[in-house]
Amino acid sequence: MTGVVGALVEAWDELRLHKMRVLLALIGVAAAVMAITAVTAAVQMLTQAYTEMTERQMGRQITLAIDAYPMSEQAGPATTELDATFERALQRYGITWATRDWYTQVPFRFTDGTRLTEVRAVDPDLGTMQRVDVVEGRWFTDADTDAFAPLVIVNEVFLEQLGSTGLDSHPTVLLGDEAPVRATIVGVTQKTWPDEGPTAMVLYDQLARWYTPEGVGWGAPVPTLKVWVPPDAASDLAVRLERDVAAALPGWEVHSYDNRNNGLGAMDGAARWVAFGVGGFALLLGGLGLVNIALVTVRHRIREIGIRRSFGATSSRIFFGVLMESVVATAVAGLVGVVLAVAVIKNIPIDLLFGSGLQDRPPFPVSAALVGMACATAVGALAGAIPATVAVRVKVIDAIRY
Amino acid sequence: MSLLELTGVTRSVRLPDDRLLEILRGVTLSVDTGEHVAVVGRSGTGKSTLLNILGLLDAPTDGEYLLEGVPIGRLSARERTRRRGRDFGFVFQQFNLLPGRTALENVAAPLMYASGRQFWRRRALATDMLARVGLGDRLDTMPEKLSGGEQQRVAIARALVRGPRVILADEPTGALDVETGQEVMGLLDEIASITGAALVTITHDLAVAARAQRHYRLADGVLVPVDLGGAGHEWVGDVPTLPGARQLPAVAGGVAGVPELSRPVPARAEP
Repeated sequence: MTGVVGALVEAWDELRLHKMRVLLALIGVAAAVMAITAVTAAVQMLTQAYTEMTERQMGRQITLAIDAYPMSEQAGPATTELDATFERALQRYGITWATRDWYTQVPFRFTDGTRLTEVRAVDPDLGTMQRVDVVEGRWFTDADTDAFAPLVIVNEVFLEQLGSTGLDSHPTVLLGDEAPVRATIVGVTQKTWPDEGPTAMVLYDQLARWYTPEGVGWGAPVPTLKVWVPPDAASDLAVRLERDVAAALPGWEVHSYDNRNNGLGAMDGAARWVAFGVGGFALLLGGLGLVNIALVTVRHRIREIGIRRSFGATSSRIFFGVLMESVVATAVAGLVGVVLAVAVIKNIPIDLLFGSGLQDRPPFPVSAALVGMACATAVGALAGAIPATVAVRVKVIDAIRY
Repeated sequence: MSLLELTGVTRSVRLPDDRLLEILRGVTLSVDTGEHVAVVGRSGTGKSTLLNILGLLDAPTDGEYLLEGVPIGRLSARERTRRRGRDFGFVFQQFNLLPGRTALENVAAPLMYASGRQFWRRRALATDMLARVGLGDRLDTMPEKLSGGEQQRVAIARALVRGPRVILADEPTGALDVETGQEVMGLLDEIASITGAALVTITHDLAVAARAQRHYRLADGVLVPVDLGGAGHEWVGDVPTLPGARQLPAVAGGVAGVPELSRPVPARAEP
């Protein structure tokens, strides 16, 4: 025990004594470890940002969408029949995450009059399935379906055109034209592009209760059923859902599609390999510099090594001591590199880089930090082994006279 | 049983032209606990080689070396190193202090290779030892800021800090002026006496050698006992001469004519 502690203390003393030499040798190692760790973490964040962006558009992995539309005017049934068909299919396969998604138009009364506005009628599950980002207020809950007044979530443009500045004043809006009802705005979504018009989201079941959009049936948009399912069951479920819905709606065309194969895995893998390649090369250069300096230093320390041998230092202790100097130094450099990487990654302006903030910001990858530390220590061990071998080959009596 | 016992020890090296150079030839010497033995000889006569063999830094080519009755040839390399650290303290001519370390760190350095209490209390032990050599107020001073005498005192403290059984001093006053040399030797004698360690001094300074109880001359690799009697010696050719100095026949286990130790050997002090 005292042997190991002694070797570590000796190694630390050596580093303390040769601060400048160590510092110069280790800047490269610290920078390389920082590069490996930071790039690995950044790749994870980039991947997460891309994933979230994709999931906002297409839903989480794996989301199946079932589209059904009538092939003739005669075949067009009421949406209630479509809803019932969807409901039966969900129950049959025990699907828990599902939403109807219906893009339609509904009249809202703005300050300049009533206007048909883009509306998306959805179920509460959509918020999770498509990572809907509500910047103010809240998303829908299951209980909202039974609310006495319609609830709407609008975009910032809608709120602005309504003459309201935020939800603090509990804004409401009249929905419908002939017999309008007053809807309460409970949430606001971000404006995502410059010329975006006013849009709103309402609960599908609530909208059906208060307003029936015109033109439901042939030629008009119909609700899509979206379900979030486990990847291994996705293919099978897609076939079954499509088949069941088609069987229940004769004369309707039914299609299913999913959001797989968006290239996320390939991007993640490639970026990671590039990071390791660049970082590894930098680490190799740092390690070579370290070997060089350590060799020169050992030659300067031959007399000291001889004196230490006269104190009873065994050759293994000398070897371990010189090796540990390098390992301790690179471990410290690795730690510095990891700390710098954490500082950089934690302060990355994600909004600026990726366009929008991360909903599920990935924690700093411990694996990246561990890989960085392991690489630094391994380089230290390799860089230390050569001078350590030189040190133990020195004959004691020659070393003392050196 | 002697503490150290060399019998017919030879040390030779092969030269680049394949000739065999005999540095030591049939050296016989025994050293007991608490003894002060001096070996004199001109440069290049093999004094340092003898000291290196005694201190387990080198091994004889031929002959036998018993350390407390155990042939060192039977000890493993690790065991020899362990015993070197534990049982021997070295004082070098050029002090050989570790550069960049304070006096305290230098004295504590051998304790890095000790175990148990000595290892964990190394700073306290080193502080105490420096105080004993009169440098209690120079603990954090770098060697280059110390005078030659002070540096040698630090080296003596370092040699003694593990409580060795044998102190091997190789020209301990070689880099000091006469007065400081006498001072340092006085200190070395005193501390060796207090700790009960045997002291083997190698020197070409006859006045320094005369402080020992037994004296030897090494010439052409052959060790022969001499009686230096008192101070005031000088070299004539290869032989130290002084009024009354005479060469004595070597005998195994001791030297005929050398007076018995006149002072009691104190128990070995724990550092």
